[in-house]
Formats: sequence, C-alpha cells, structure tokens
Amino acid sequence: MTDTLDSYSLVAIYSAMGVYTLAFVMFALDLAKRSARVPAVAEARRGQLTNAAGIITTLTHGDRDSAPKARYKFERIAFALVVLGWVLHVAGAVLRGVAQGFVPWANMFEFSLTSSAVVVGVFIAIQRWHDLKFLGVYITGFALITLGVGTVNFYVPVKPLPPVLDSYWLVIHVFVASLGTGFFAIGAGLSLAQLLQAGREAGRKSLALLKTLPNAIKLENLAYQVTVVGFVFWTFTLIAGSIWAERSWGRYWGWDTKEVWTFIIWVTYAGYIHARATRGWRGARSSWLAIVGFSAVMFNYTVVNLLFKGLHSYSGL
Amino acid sequence: MRVALFLLLLLAIAAVPGSLVPQRTSDPNGVVKYRKDNPELAQFLDSIQAFDVYTSVWFSSIYLLLFLSLIGCVIPRTLHHLKALRTPPPKTPARLERLAGFTTVDAPESDAATAIDSARALLRKSGYRVRLFEGPHLSVSAERGYLRETGNLVFHTALIGVLASVAIGGGFTYTGQKVVVEGQPFVNVLSDYSSFKPGRFFDESMLPPFRMVLDDFSVQYELENLNAYGFPTDFTADVSIYAPGEAVSRGAVKVNEPLAVLGSDVFLLGNGYAPRITVADGDGNVAFTDIVPFLPQDANLTSIGFIKAPDALPEQVGMIGFFYPTAAELPTGALTSSFPDLLNPVLALNVYTGDLGIDDGVARSVYALDIDGMTQVAGGDSGAAAIRLRPGETAQLPNGLGTVTFEDARSGSPETANGNRDSVLRFATFDLTHDPSRAWVLGFALLAVGGLLTSLFVPRRRVWVRAIEQENGGIRLEYAGLARGDDPALDTAVADFAARHTAGLKS
Repeated sequence: MTDTLDSYSLVAIYSAMGVYTLAFVMFALDLAKRSARVPAVAEARRGQLTNAAGIITTLTHGDRDSAPKARYKFERIAFALVVLGWVLHVAGAVLRGVAQGFVPWANMFEFSLTSSAVVVGVFIAIQRWHDLKFLGVYITGFALITLGVGTVNFYVPVKPLPPVLDSYWLVIHVFVASLGTGFFAIGAGLSLAQLLQAGREAGRKSLALLKTLPNAIKLENLAYQVTVVGFVFWTFTLIAGSIWAERSWGRYWGWDTKEVWTFIIWVTYAGYIHARATRGWRGARSSWLAIVGFSAVMFNYTVVNLLFKGLHSYSGL
Repeated sequence: MRVALFLLLLLAIAAVPGSLVPQRTSDPNGVVKYRKDNPELAQFLDSIQAFDVYTSVWFSSIYLLLFLSLIGCVIPRTLHHLKALRTPPPKTPARLERLAGFTTVDAPESDAATAIDSARALLRKSGYRVRLFEGPHLSVSAERGYLRETGNLVFHTALIGVLASVAIGGGFTYTGQKVVVEGQPFVNVLSDYSSFKPGRFFDESMLPPFRMVLDDFSVQYELENLNAYGFPTDFTADVSIYAPGEAVSRGAVKVNEPLAVLGSDVFLLGNGYAPRITVADGDGNVAFTDIVPFLPQDANLTSIGFIKAPDALPEQVGMIGFFYPTAAELPTGALTSSFPDLLNPVLALNVYTGDLGIDDGVARSVYALDIDGMTQVAGGDSGAAAIRLRPGETAQLPNGLGTVTFEDARSGSPETANGNRDSVLRFATFDLTHDPSRAWVLGFALLAVGGLLTSLFVPRRRVWVRAIEQENGGIRLEYAGLARGDDPALDTAVADFAARHTAGLKS
C-alpha cells in the first residue's frame, strides 16, 4: 500500500515536471514574441509610469487600469499549464505524505518536493495582487531544477519518521521555512529583473522584451513587498527552530552550521530592508542584496545540508 | 542607517567562518580532529579565534557595535516618536494635485461645511487622527499609522532585550551530561556528572537535590518496511525521581520530549549497550567487574568499549572491546553488526598487557586505552585470535593471565521468550539543563515579531480632503494622500475613501 502510493506520488511528480516543461517553453516563447513586437502601448505605459514615479516615491496601482492591457496569448496558455502542473505537483506531495503517514518534508527529497510546490503556489497566488507572470520562465525553471535534482539525486523510499523529527514543530518550522523560501525566490527573480531593467533605463544594451516589463522602480517596490513577507516567515522559522531546538537538544541556540546559515540569511535580509532606507543603496545595490540572500538560502539548503557537519543531518542520504 | 547596514552585512560575513571550521562549543571532537589533521593551520586559526568564532573578540565587537548603533538610533527615534504622537496632523498643502492618488469630485448639491464634516467623521472612524483647517478653503488633514513607528521601535528594543536576556541569563545557565545504565542511579551533584558546563554565576548549591534511576530503556525498531529495516522509531527512557521529602515520581524521557525535574529539564541525547564484564587474574582473584558503556559507531550499534584492570596480577590488563548486538560475519572473517537490537550479541576483545598508564595520577579518559606501553596478546597481529564471547560465556586469557567473562544481564533463567533481548543492559545519555533565560528570550523574540509585523505592514499615511466652493454653487472636492514609509496601497486607499465619502454625500 505504502509503496503503491509512493509510486503514484512519483507518477504525479513526473507528470508535473512534464507540464512545467511545457509551461517553461510557452513562457520562453512568450518572452521571445514580446521582444519581436514590443507594443507601442507598453512604451506609452512606461512613460506614464516614470512620470508618476518622478513625483512620488511610492508607486501607484491606478496606472495599470489606465493603460490598455497588452494581451499575451502564450503567457496565458503557459500560466494555465503552471496551474495544472502545480495541481499535479501538490498531488504528488500529498500522496507522499499519505504514503508515509506524516508530513512530506522530513528529508531532502521531500523538502525539494514541498518547497518547490510552495514556490510555485506563491507565484500563482501572488498574481491575484500583482501580474508577475513575466517571471514564469524563472519560476518554472526553478521548480524543474529543484524537482529534477530532488527526484534524481535526493530520492529515498518511504521510511519511518526518525524519533528526533517526531514533533509538531516539524510541521510548523519546516513549512514556514519553505514559505519563506517561496517569497524569497520571487523576490530574487524580481530583483534580477530590476537589475536588467535598470541597466536598460541607464541606456545600456539590453533585451527588447524588457520594454514590456514594469519599470525598474516598480520592480524594486514589488521585490521589496514580496521579500519582506519572506523575511517575516524567515523570522518565524528562526524562532520556531529555536523553540524546537530547545525541546530536542536542550538549548535554543548552539551555532550549529544550519543555525549559522539561517542567521546569516536573516541578517542579510535585515540588511536588505535597511538598504531601502539608506541613500545610495536603493536600486541596484539592494537588488544585489536580495539576490545574495536567496543564494544563501539555496546554499543553506544544498551545500550546508550535504557537505557541512551539523545536527540538522536529515537529508536521508 | 548606513552604519547599521554596514555592520549588518559585516555580521553576516563574519558568521560564515564558524560554519566552515569546527567550533569548540558545537563540535569539540571536530576541533580535536582538525588540530590533529592540520596542526600548523590549526595553530594559526586558533590564534584568530576561528574555533570560537561566536565568542571571539572580532565577532563580539561587530554585534556589540551593531547594538550600540541600534541603541543610539532607538533613543532619539523614541523621543521623536513620542513628540509626533502628540502633534496634530500638519496643515493641508496648498497644491494637492501633486500628491498621490489625487482625485477630484464635483458635488453640486453639497456645501463645504457638511462635506468636510462628514469627511472628518469618516476619517476618524477609519482610525485617522484629524484636524480641520479654515484656510482659503475648508479642508481636513488626517494622519494614521503611528503604530508603524511604534512597532519599529518595539522590534528594535526587543532585540536589545533578547541580547540582554542571553547575556544575563546565560550566567545562571548550567548544563551537564550523564551516562546512566539501566537500573543505575544518577545523583544530581557536580561529581556525578560525566561532563558539566556551568554559567558564570553558577554555584553548586544551585543544583536541586534529587536522584534519578533509569528503570528501563526501550527502543522500537521498524520491522515491516524493508527500505528501513532496523530503523529506530522510538526511544523511551523510563525513570524514577527521588527527591527529598517527596513521593517517588515516575516519568519518561523521549527524544523531543524532555522531562521537567525541579526546575531543570532532562533530555535524552544518546544510547548504547553496556555489557557487564568480569576479569579474573592469573591468581583467580576478581581483578575487574563492572558494567562498561560501549560507544556506538554505526546505525547497527557496532560499539567500542575499553576495559582496564589495573589490579590484575602479575600484569595490568587492558582490553579494547567490540560489541555487535547482531553479529554477522563478513567474507573477510571480520564481524559486523547487521541489526541494532540484541539478536545475536557477540563481544570481541583485543587484549593487552603492560602499563595502563593510570598509576602516575594523570587523568585518563575511560573511553580510550593508551596502548603505547602495552603488549598485545590477543587479536590483531599478536598471533592469538581475538576473544569472542556471547552473554554468559567465559574465556581464558592467553599466557595464563586469567579469564574474562561476558556476564548475562538476565539473572536466573537466561532463555526467555525475549530471546537474547535482555542479555545486555542498555545505557542512556542524558543532558540536564537549567536555563532561566529561556522564557525571557522567547518573550522578547515574540515581542520582536509583533513589532516587525506592525512596522512592515501597518501603512503610515496622510490623507487630505479639501472642499472648494464653486461659483455656480456646490463644491469641488479634492482628495490626496502621502505615504510615510513603504505604502503600496496608498492610491487604492485614497480612491476608496473618495468613493465612500462621495457616496455618503449623495445619500
């Protein structure tokens, strides 16, 4: 029974990867087509935006409604595919959880599975507030790499939960960490776009498709809004982890390698938030900080888990 | 802000080396090994405190400077905020059209006094602080979101609280480890701990008097899932606590479930087997009999232990023992353990004679045997095979040195329904921690989270409504807002307010 469910879970994951691949291609086609026909409307819209931004520091929502919305067919298809892939992805995670009888984030394979599902889930959900579909290539690419490495390099068959993980803090601590990762991932993607866009606005040679994206200030503000949510989740992760460490190891903080890196990430993003309020650090520099922060998250998840010695040795490998 | 940013980034970078080099506090054995493998590099690293990064001078100075700059920032900002809290909203700017979310609505039916009055009421209901201005045109100036700055200050002050709790509370913290074998007691006095780490203000009188007996240690193994056969799924240490003047209380310590005992917490950290071994010397006298905790080396609990019989005659005897709970023979003839429970327990002993090196008064670890001054007489290259024993068996030591017995822990009838399961005692490693700073740290951390949430997500904004009387009667209403800090929803908020207010005027 357990093995059957586990194999269904893998089937769902592989299907999700197939659908994500299609979505990735569609998103890429969309971006390519955008470069080909940079619409005049987008140009006009951009002018209006900079104008608005020149007067006030915070950006407006109103401009989105006032500018005629460019229609991107491939983007719509791609986004529909992402939603479909995500449903399969979540089904894969849920089946894995049902197969083993506890939450599907107790080893590296499962954490890859769940955290990438959370990243895509956050990407889908966030469209309700902001149209960030242009990040589709980045997000589906990220999910594909994570799932690919997860299933090929980290896969382990269903095993019982080690006693040291048998705690409800596993549910809270790790899930909140993956939520934080999801927001940081999108924040880093937006910061990357901000850097490219700022380069274009400074007159550097750049991709034509950037003309269809929001301007650099708007991108920076979006990145900030997404990243601070990630920061709050990360703070929760840190505190929940400390409480669990106290219950499990008898101390709430012991500078274990994973604790060190969680701390480094937290401090880096604290720096990012301060950079917004520091003259000379807005724009490119704070974008770099967001990218460095997310790289540290990835480093913490891969290199620290696999190569560094510490108490958080739950990779299952 | 620039100083804070610089110190934050510096702190992040300074924390990195501590994850690359083993640290004395979290991985003392790693440090020992590192020093052995790279003696010269280790000496250099030690001189820059790289094995104690998080208590080093340079790391401490960064975070102390950071907190100093934090205090230097929080105090003036608090004073400024207290003043701002008592200051009414500022005068309505002359030209609202240059501000965010500027909206105009013509209300031919209304008059200025009614419109501004209702705007004021509506703003006040939405949590704004309001103030009326006569000016050339009647207007209302409103501000909200003072909680944003309050949250910011609470967050930063709470961080100072966390640091202070750790610094002060850490002095009263103590933590100690003790290896306890089934059936044996642990007495909460300093001398009974295997290792002990006191805080700065620790005093032995702080240890509450009690005795804890490990009644039973049980482990559950996975037997159905072949992918994880022999995987432990539960560890339980059943203990009895004897405190003076109180009835005996029984409790269980599990992983993730510490037991609270008289203001301290008892944690289960590790476990293993502790065979009882008796050595009789060549003259037939019992030279050694004790329960020896063996240290596990792998997941199937192949374990190593050391037996020292200094009183053996004619020569001192030392043994390095390998214990296999479920022994299986490798193709090479060597033994290995294939399951962590006691299905086929075998003890293999390499025997040495000579000077144990413990007569000169130097403290020696019980978990090591210095074989430098000794001759191997059984096992390895000695020519004689290593001694292999099952529970209850006795073997002759070579050269008439005497006998060694692997005692069966089952008294009376050895063969029970449990097979060999009870033939060897288990031990548990306990950690006893007393940390009065915990609650304070948690309290301040939660306060910090609350402060963080309000400082990031409560928008601080000003909103103005002005009524300009028109020549043809009626009024023209102007609405605008100003963000103070990050406020992505400002335009929507102004537009929504304008819509609600106008709708109210019409009805």
